[in-house]
Amino acid sequence: MQITVTVNGVQHAHDVEPRTLLVDHLRTGLGLTGTHIGCDTTSCGACTVLLDGRPVKSCTVFAVQADGRQVRTVEGLKGPDGLHPVQAAFKEHHGLQCGFCTSGMMLVGAALLAENPDPDEDEVRWALSGNLCRCTGYVNIVKAVRAAGATLRGEATTDPAAGDDVNAGESAVPGTPAATPVPVAGD
Amino acid sequence: MTTVHEPVHELQGSPRTSATICGVGHSMRRKEDDRFIQGAGRYLDDVVLPGMLHMAILRSPVAHARIVSIDTSAAAAAEGVVAVVTGEMLAGYNLAWMPTLSGDTQAVLATDKVRFQGQEVAAVVATDPYLAHDALQLVEVEYEDLPAITTPQQAIEPGAVLIRDEKPGQTDNVAYTWEAGDRELTDAAFARAAHVVSLGTHYPRSHPAPLETCGTVADVNPITGQATIYLTSQAPHAHRTLFALVAGLPEENIRIITCDIGGGFGNKVPIYPGYVIATAASLVIGKPVKWVESRSENLISTGFARDYHMSGELAFDADHRVIAMRASILSDQGAFYADAQPSKFRAGLFHICTGSYDIGAAHVTAKGAYTNKAPGGVAYRCSFRVTEASFLVERLMDVAAHEFGIDPADLRAKNFIRKDQFPYLSATGFVYDSGDYHGALDVAKQLVDYDGWRAKQAVQNAGGVRHDGSPGDGRLLGIGLASFTEVVGAGNSKDFDIVGIKMFDSAELRVHPTGKAILKLGVQSQGQGHETTFAQIVAEELGLPAMDVKVQEGDTDNTPYGLGTYASRSTPVGGAATAMVARKLREKARLLAAHLLEADPGDLEWEPGRFTVSGTDRSVSIQDIAFAAYTNLPDGMEAGLEGVTYYDPPNMTYPFGSYVVVTEVDPADGTWKVLDMVAVDDCGVRINPMIVDGQITGGLTEGFAKANMQWITFDDDGNCIGSTFMDYLVPTAWETPRFRLGATVTPSPHHPIGAKGVGESATVGSPAAYVNAVVDALWSHGVRSIDMPVLPHRVWGALNGIEVRP
Amino acid sequence: MHPAAFAYSAPGTLDEALRSLHELGDDGRVLAGGQSLIPMMKLRLAEPGHLVDINGIAELAGVHAEDGYLRIGALARHADVAASPVVRAANPTVWTAAQWVADPLVRNRGTVCGSVAHCDPEGDWNSVMLAVGATVVARSAGGGERLIPHREFVVDYFTNALETGEMVTEIRVPSSTGPAGGTYLKLERKVGDYATVGVAVHLVLALDGRIGRAGIALTAVSPRNLAVPEAEQLLVGAEPGPELFAQAADVAARSCSPDSDVRGPADYKRAVVAAYTRRALDAALAQARAAA
Repeated sequence: MQITVTVNGVQHAHDVEPRTLLVDHLRTGLGLTGTHIGCDTTSCGACTVLLDGRPVKSCTVFAVQADGRQVRTVEGLKGPDGLHPVQAAFKEHHGLQCGFCTSGMMLVGAALLAENPDPDEDEVRWALSGNLCRCTGYVNIVKAVRAAGATLRGEATTDPAAGDDVNAGESAVPGTPAATPVPVAGD
Repeated sequence: MTTVHEPVHELQGSPRTSATICGVGHSMRRKEDDRFIQGAGRYLDDVVLPGMLHMAILRSPVAHARIVSIDTSAAAAAEGVVAVVTGEMLAGYNLAWMPTLSGDTQAVLATDKVRFQGQEVAAVVATDPYLAHDALQLVEVEYEDLPAITTPQQAIEPGAVLIRDEKPGQTDNVAYTWEAGDRELTDAAFARAAHVVSLGTHYPRSHPAPLETCGTVADVNPITGQATIYLTSQAPHAHRTLFALVAGLPEENIRIITCDIGGGFGNKVPIYPGYVIATAASLVIGKPVKWVESRSENLISTGFARDYHMSGELAFDADHRVIAMRASILSDQGAFYADAQPSKFRAGLFHICTGSYDIGAAHVTAKGAYTNKAPGGVAYRCSFRVTEASFLVERLMDVAAHEFGIDPADLRAKNFIRKDQFPYLSATGFVYDSGDYHGALDVAKQLVDYDGWRAKQAVQNAGGVRHDGSPGDGRLLGIGLASFTEVVGAGNSKDFDIVGIKMFDSAELRVHPTGKAILKLGVQSQGQGHETTFAQIVAEELGLPAMDVKVQEGDTDNTPYGLGTYASRSTPVGGAATAMVARKLREKARLLAAHLLEADPGDLEWEPGRFTVSGTDRSVSIQDIAFAAYTNLPDGMEAGLEGVTYYDPPNMTYPFGSYVVVTEVDPADGTWKVLDMVAVDDCGVRINPMIVDGQITGGLTEGFAKANMQWITFDDDGNCIGSTFMDYLVPTAWETPRFRLGATVTPSPHHPIGAKGVGESATVGSPAAYVNAVVDALWSHGVRSIDMPVLPHRVWGALNGIEVRP
Repeated sequence: MHPAAFAYSAPGTLDEALRSLHELGDDGRVLAGGQSLIPMMKLRLAEPGHLVDINGIAELAGVHAEDGYLRIGALARHADVAASPVVRAANPTVWTAAQWVADPLVRNRGTVCGSVAHCDPEGDWNSVMLAVGATVVARSAGGGERLIPHREFVVDYFTNALETGEMVTEIRVPSSTGPAGGTYLKLERKVGDYATVGVAVHLVLALDGRIGRAGIALTAVSPRNLAVPEAEQLLVGAEPGPELFAQAADVAARSCSPDSDVRGPADYKRAVVAAYTRRALDAALAQARAAA
């Protein structure tokens, strides 16, 4: 079946079988491997993408259902000015270890902040409760999302617990953090 | 999380290096993050090769059965199918069975029988994974059911059905027996003891379940004979050697490449049948073959963890000092004995079960039984069974304290090995390198406000107000401790090998003319941040900025031989190798500096990154020296600035800590919430404090998971309950407690930078703290023990005197 | 891991969808959120021949309060209901329950009507609908609306009262005639787990403060979601109070027949039913009195 899906702002026309899962279409059909597969019972959230701005599990959506829709994957978080504040915050606050859950966590975090610019810890944990992480214990993920919120609100992040604030040498990523928040939800 | 400890720099000294050089002690932000935060990590399933085929495995639906027939004809004729592989076909290549890491054999594809639910029976190779799964439905297997053995107790009963009937000489379901310590000395101590406290407990089966499952892309080139095997492997070099031995491929033609690994936790140490089948298929078909397992396959068939039925006893004198310990283990090994552990130790390092306590005599006996379940047991951040050992002794100490009416912290403090007793030779032969157990416990007590909580507990549990002042409603407070010592950094060549290969590790460092460097390692990160922390070690020793040091792991053609990363060995062994090779280069750098400065090497003073002639301001930077190594050499000196070190650790290292959990239990539904949890860890010198804290919170969460909800269990027919994330419960951010971390720093005296390793400390130490907290809340209601996972219905059952079947 | 092949269509109007369903007969299946159906298809526990995707049908969207009803359209996602001030005001039991369905990602996609139609005996929504006295609105090609009282809608596990070719277009929850309160208490081992025990309670008070209407229904402790009419009848017309609530809770515990399984022995679940019914009644009463 012919479908056209807008992924990270770019239209992609493909012929897919109805049974092709959206996650497989993204990973194999479009070569966007930043979205991951971690389970087979819709339990882990590693496959999270934004569908018309809302975080969903792309392993439980058929690609054909995204026909005519907007999808944002982790590859589309970065904007023309550089990293999304959520991405920068995950690095700054050690919000990832193996990185496998990270795409999903960041997208959920970004979508949350678009709706609730100053979530407390409970609100962040609740929003993330569909995404599993085995490495971090969630502590720094929550910290990173809240820090990104502060950045988006234009506040300086104060984090006395981070140890010395070291980003030795030049940052390897140009233009961090983004000066203007990159709209994510509702695109 | 709030980190309430004194900043680590106050404990271990400020970093010697600047923020630019960024050596030991800096919380350097991770270099590897840049690709992960942009979705540009390259994991195994991201590997796509031209002409690549896809493999799917058919697995047994039953726990124990004879295979009557396998009909692959319909599958072979299905759309897109290139090959269907059976055990019979593999047997023709002598590949139907393979050796395990514990000296047993394991079926690659079943031939005579299936021996656990989920065992590999056939494989389909097709042009597309959807088509491969379609074809899988068409393979017809006829089974003749056999009785299933679902517990090790059942397995060792006389007359139990023989699971390993294919093994010559195997007449029962015993996989091994083992013992450690001194039976006579221990018996004598028990005989004269004033008190004996005993506890039986089952540390249940669980599973590391890293978020990325296991897989391979096997690419055996039919023309060159080169086998390039992309593998989710925590030990690529050892795996290469094993592939050579098992598959009969010449070792120089095998190249194992690990990509980014989405979590290992020991799950990616064994060699799985899927890897072997995919390699054989690629060899025969002449195209790359990808196999990536599903989550269900991962949970039902790959290396599980724990499943130790333990009974322990502590013998006390009249002063409540422990004089001896006994432990006896019955281990559920599954259908094949496939523990990934050093070959000399059938029960891993369980015999460190005397823990943090000065115990004069100990004796451990262990028996491993075959059951109709997946093989494994050593995994999931267990440090080779130290999780089980630590759990046993920490539960015993708490039970003892409650039986004696002594505060559990006081009983521990009374029995700790004292700081001045190190190095300490334990009753089972471990030489603990350094420790300050009283120090860590004191910090933990202070951070959590131990006395304050005990006071609140007394009020609340007597029916008074709750801890927050609200009216009492029947909920009960509990406070649980664990003061663990664990042992990592395997290990010295005298005692340690895995399938004969000694457990050294390696580092190869080359500095380029422009003063940048590449460090190649034999260890293998699965998220622990090696690209950053190992660069920091080089920065510390050579003064090259850590940002200028590229770290490479995981390509066996391009890294030195190492035993990989598990059991927290990277920092103790690989980190030591890195420090030592950097020091070798520093010695050559000194000679080059002397040449450049026309001075005597002995007159040169070193500061990170620079040699200066004593008493002058004449100096050269390490970058100048690097350039000179290629352009301006003294007579007789070889060009280059590079070296390799293979490090044989003289001893293990012994990280330790004290954890305190405060919990509130609701007797109405059995649920318990963690109100506060303080974890004080001592892993010696911290290379990157931020990364250390991350390892600890990750481990505390896995410990919580095991204590609270996570397990794999089986019904009487051997059906696995826990083979999907719907039944195998992994906590989310919502259930996971908040943690508060503290630290002490007691360097390892024998490690080149005083570091001990920390990856597993929190999974070792924390489960007992959680369980002790719940039992503490319920002790006065007659509850002495609840096995993990301490699910609500088990709490309720314990309170109501109802035996709850696991 | 991968579903079997199927045919697919995505009609733009309700009439088209109903016509397709009529033509396809038993071969056709509605795809709304898909958060129950797709996981079953991936495990090959369901292999529908043809999926009729209704996600593009605008008239099925939305949640409205009108004509004395809270009307939940077929495309209303759990998240929409959970975030809706209209729902919160009209029926706190429904609003509370929506927070606890599955996890946040599944809630963004899955639908209330889909869950109700799915009839998973361990699903939450059918208990809630029993407690609040909902009506299921079904349509078929060439027919008008068929109103099915929810108590008749759930026939057996995974079996509802729809005829072939019929689909659920809406669920109607009656707006309360007096001060009302309610809640859904779900004991789950973690977010996303099925309930070990779920208790839905909805109370409407009469002008004199007595209980005018009571709905109590239980999840996961019976072969189907279970209303407890005996407990409801005990409450209606009575003066609310601790002893009455304790009695009702005991009745609820006695009325159910939980299995002993990995989530615990039957006695445990009954004990939790009693405790949670009690707590839910207390919470419902407090809310209702505050709304008075």
